Amino acid sequence: MVGGLVIRRRTAGGFAPTIPTLLQTFAGQAVLAIENARLFQELTARGEEARRARTAAEAALADLRRAQDRLIQSEKMASLGQLTAGIAHEIKNPLNFVNNFADLSGELLQELRETTAPAVAVLGEDERAAVDEVVDMLRGNLEKIAEHGRRADGIVKSMLEHSRGVSGERREVDLNTLVEEALNLAYHGARAQDASFNITLERDLDPAVAAIELAPREITRVLLNLIGNGFYAATKRARGNGGAAYRPTLQVSTRDLEDAVEIRVRDNGTGIAPEIRDQLFQPFFTTKPTGEGTGLGLSISWDIVTQQHGGSIEVDSREGEFTEFTIRLPRNGQAGRRSA
Amino acid sequence: MSVSILVVDDEPDVADLFRQCFRREAHDGTYVMHFAYSGQEALDKLAAGIEPHLIVILSDINMPKMDGLELLREIKTRRPDLPVMMVTAYGDDERRRLAGEYGAAEFITKPVDFDFLKTQLRDLSDAAD
Repeated sequence: MVGGLVIRRRTAGGFAPTIPTLLQTFAGQAVLAIENARLFQELTARGEEARRARTAAEAALADLRRAQDRLIQSEKMASLGQLTAGIAHEIKNPLNFVNNFADLSGELLQELRETTAPAVAVLGEDERAAVDEVVDMLRGNLEKIAEHGRRADGIVKSMLEHSRGVSGERREVDLNTLVEEALNLAYHGARAQDASFNITLERDLDPAVAAIELAPREITRVLLNLIGNGFYAATKRARGNGGAAYRPTLQVSTRDLEDAVEIRVRDNGTGIAPEIRDQLFQPFFTTKPTGEGTGLGLSISWDIVTQQHGGSIEVDSREGEFTEFTIRLPRNGQAGRRSA
Repeated sequence: MSVSILVVDDEPDVADLFRQCFRREAHDGTYVMHFAYSGQEALDKLAAGIEPHLIVILSDINMPKMDGLELLREIKTRRPDLPVMMVTAYGDDERRRLAGEYGAAEFITKPVDFDFLKTQLRDLSDAAD
């Protein structure tokens, strides 16, 4: 029972005979209304509970999806790495012929020139000029073949380095010193290539990161890649639509996360379009003009950080504003390295 | 004095390449070039006897049927003193280790540096004199 219904009269006398019937009907309705209200309240509470459960389930699913994506990405990169090594080896054979035959043909041409010199000397002036012209063109072509062959050889070499199973020597190093050295190296390297190169360097190095065990040569390579990319993006923006007020800037920071260390490399350059962000770490993906980038820098970096050091590398960017790479290296980063 | 060199590679263009690279030496009689296109052919030639005096075998590693490392072992059981140099596109540590273990005199990776190769060959032919 939830309540009662009482009626009173001001004057003495009985109620009309219809009143109790009406009251009974009313009481019935009231009971229904109260019951409905109770049910409604219960339902709302359950709905709230269901919503909470749903939110939790969705979050778990999203976590799972992210983990799966990471796994797929990692698997993809590993098989791409192996594929890369296979291709590199297969290319070396034909390249051997291209380079050696080009060099040889250059020598043969020189011999031909020496042997035919007396005969060419007695030709008419026009004919002699024609012979010289053709020989010069042939020599030029052979030099070009040799030059581009060497270029291809360089690419193959970095592809093989990429997939080389043996990891570099690991030792305890002061990470901040390593970062500082990489920054100087990259800066002077860029200056040596282009005397007009200029950028503001900002450092925020956390002394708490102290010493960490890693493969210094490999991590330096990663840093040189990231810093180099940052320089490139900032310079590109400065030359493009940067405007007079634009100041190319590169920030490098380190942070201690106790069981890991974090390195961030951030530039205020051209940024990375969202649609290509997934491809950044794939071998041979490059946005640079032909001949300027091999498309292996980030792919090698990914390999070194994740495979060799058990760490992570992530990118955040807004087009026309900034790009920031974040590397996390665990302090006990024992490599789960595949032996390719 | 002329000496022989035997080159083993399943790719026929290798023979052209070596012939052209060593044309002067072949012309002036320093080296006589011999070619085999499989491991078995190399062993047959070796069994038949190669003239003039054979100073070295240069062998590819990746070949169908008998590969270069297998050939190396076969040669070493027959002619332990004959130097064998491996020439390969696969410069990985495992192949290098095996070649060393089986007694290869040299491990040369492609693209072949012919200046280096010629220096090596000169040392061998000087030793044969």
